[in-house]
Amino acid sequence: MRTRATALVVLLLLLAGCTAPDHRDGPVTLRFQSLAWQQESVTATKDLVKEWNTTHPDVKIEYVQGSWDSVHDQLLTAFEGGEAPDIIHDASDDLADFAHGGYLADLTALLPARLKAGIPRGTWDTATFDNRVYGVPFLQEPRVLIADSARLRAAKVRIPTPEHPWSWPEFREVTRALSGPGRYGVAWPLKEPVSATLNLSLSAGGHLFHRGADGKVTVRFTEADAVVPRTIHDQVTVDHSAPSATLGSGGSDTLPGLFGGRYAMVPLGFSYRQQVAQQAPEGFRWQVLPAPAGADGLTQGVSPQTLSVSADCPHKEEAARFLDFLLRPRNMVRLALGDWMLPTGTEALKDPALHTAEDGWATGTALAGRLRPAPAQSVRGYAEWKDNVATPAYQEYYSGAIGLTELRERLEKDGNLVLARYQR
Amino acid sequence: MRARRTARAGQYAALLGYLLFLAFPLLWLLSTALKPPRELGSLHPTWIPRHPTLANVREAFAEQPLAHAALNSLLVALATAVVAVLIATPAAYALARRRTRLTRAATGWVVVSQAFPFVLVIIPLFLVLKNLRLIDSLAGLVLVYTVWALPFALWMLTGHVRSVPAELEEAAAVDGAGRLRTLVSVTAPLLAPGIAATALFAFVTAWNEFFFALVLLKSPGKQTLPVVLTHFIGAEGMADLGPLAAAAFLATLPSVAVFALVQRRITSGLLAGAVKS
Repeated sequence: MRTRATALVVLLLLLAGCTAPDHRDGPVTLRFQSLAWQQESVTATKDLVKEWNTTHPDVKIEYVQGSWDSVHDQLLTAFEGGEAPDIIHDASDDLADFAHGGYLADLTALLPARLKAGIPRGTWDTATFDNRVYGVPFLQEPRVLIADSARLRAAKVRIPTPEHPWSWPEFREVTRALSGPGRYGVAWPLKEPVSATLNLSLSAGGHLFHRGADGKVTVRFTEADAVVPRTIHDQVTVDHSAPSATLGSGGSDTLPGLFGGRYAMVPLGFSYRQQVAQQAPEGFRWQVLPAPAGADGLTQGVSPQTLSVSADCPHKEEAARFLDFLLRPRNMVRLALGDWMLPTGTEALKDPALHTAEDGWATGTALAGRLRPAPAQSVRGYAEWKDNVATPAYQEYYSGAIGLTELRERLEKDGNLVLARYQR
Repeated sequence: MRARRTARAGQYAALLGYLLFLAFPLLWLLSTALKPPRELGSLHPTWIPRHPTLANVREAFAEQPLAHAALNSLLVALATAVVAVLIATPAAYALARRRTRLTRAATGWVVVSQAFPFVLVIIPLFLVLKNLRLIDSLAGLVLVYTVWALPFALWMLTGHVRSVPAELEEAAAVDGAGRLRTLVSVTAPLLAPGIAATALFAFVTAWNEFFFALVLLKSPGKQTLPVVLTHFIGAEGMADLGPLAAAAFLATLPSVAVFALVQRRITSGLLAGAVKS
């Protein structure tokens, strides 16, 4: 009986071996879910997929249009159900959960040396968890100031450059000078106050999350962490050089105010330039300025867009080969230009198209070397800390409802209670 | 006489205000859809576009397979409405007319089932559909939408059945009509407005639903309209506003058309149902 069972198992294994995916059976097909959404980037991505399919008849890539809306829930369900796309476009701040859940393939040994060497170590860190690479960071965007050139000229303020940026106190002075009745020096669209604050706080040396010798992470709100929040708070509630009305707005909502002369500057992601270029009224002159610098210069946090391979993908090597093709410097530039973002690759960043003054490309590109992984994106419990503790605390502080002492207390005391639950 | 006229004018004014309030999102969508990008960024937006254009509509159709997605949505919504009504009608009749302990338990379950948030059921549901080979299938989506719409449809129709006096059925029976004849000739016509309203509810629910469609459909050719609409939206809330508004406006039209068609049936049915008990 036992012999028969063993023979059956062996037979099944042999059959499984026989039916395992094999190139000889025909071309391998890989599903690539792309989140490219601007028409230029969709076209660029589809063109590159077509180019690959023409030159690689043995590995066919099937382009699937995904959506940033609910992408986390969609992917989680697909992973759980074993139906995830083979190649996944996402953002690095969304990868931690998937990486810890075992849904993504470790790309460390699969990626070619060229690709590994072509992206700075710090950028790889955004998609590396427990020393394993779960995604290739390929597009990123710094937060910049989109400014009304005429207003800056009229106020005769010094125009900052990446070499000589404004300091945070200088920025506050400038916004005061640019303000007047019904007009504001800056409008802060802080619908998502936590990521904006934390990313910009790196410039002042604020890291907020500190890992102890025992490996556990705690929140400690230092003087460096207070620089950016205090500046925003004072602009809104003391100087009135920033309106409180936009604190709950998204970036797009502030653009009419910029075009209409109500705001002289708006801090936005680099890719918002596309909307500015498209919607700015005839004759409106705008320029891109670097965000203010602190003790750590122009450093700021980013969560790059990433490309990952599903752990269930039966053809990981082929998927990695496609990533290598898609992210060749020339192709990375095409994708970056299509999305009005910056490529992560050092070679791609040298492309002349990214160094023109037009639409502020050169300013953004000059900041690329100062971009670091967004703080805490890999900290377990960060999502709950952000939603339940930090978002309301920062919102209340910026609107003037609470002071810095209470902000610190809530971020640290309530925040550490949340983090402790995840680190038992 | 004058007081009555004034009161009537006031009523119409209030009604007009209410209609405008209800129509505001649709009108704003239409206005946005017809504006060129520069007007979309204006600090002082106008109701009537200064330079109206159909470029957004052209762009929306050029960028995304809207017509195909609309056809998928229409198929799914119509099938959901038909299946939901076919299941809910006899079930509602049984629940309304047979008062047993089971009826009460069933009604309770219907109410409880409404309380489940879909994020809770989506993964188990996905696995069930996968075993049934209904992932990436419009039939699978119809099944999910029917199940999703059924509790409320059942609850809605049960109320309608209860509003039809049982005495009418008893009178038909006394006149010699059989059970089937009574149901077809007496009860069904009186239930028509309820059935129409239920079908409309199921149709609109399926037409508008986004998350199940996003998760369950993989092939680009099978995606429904709400999923395709999100392709105009990027990260951090950025959106291709003009084409999005144009596509969203067009996406509301079938719902409005179906409602206009069914609404007459609801009204006439209501009148037909005005029976004395």
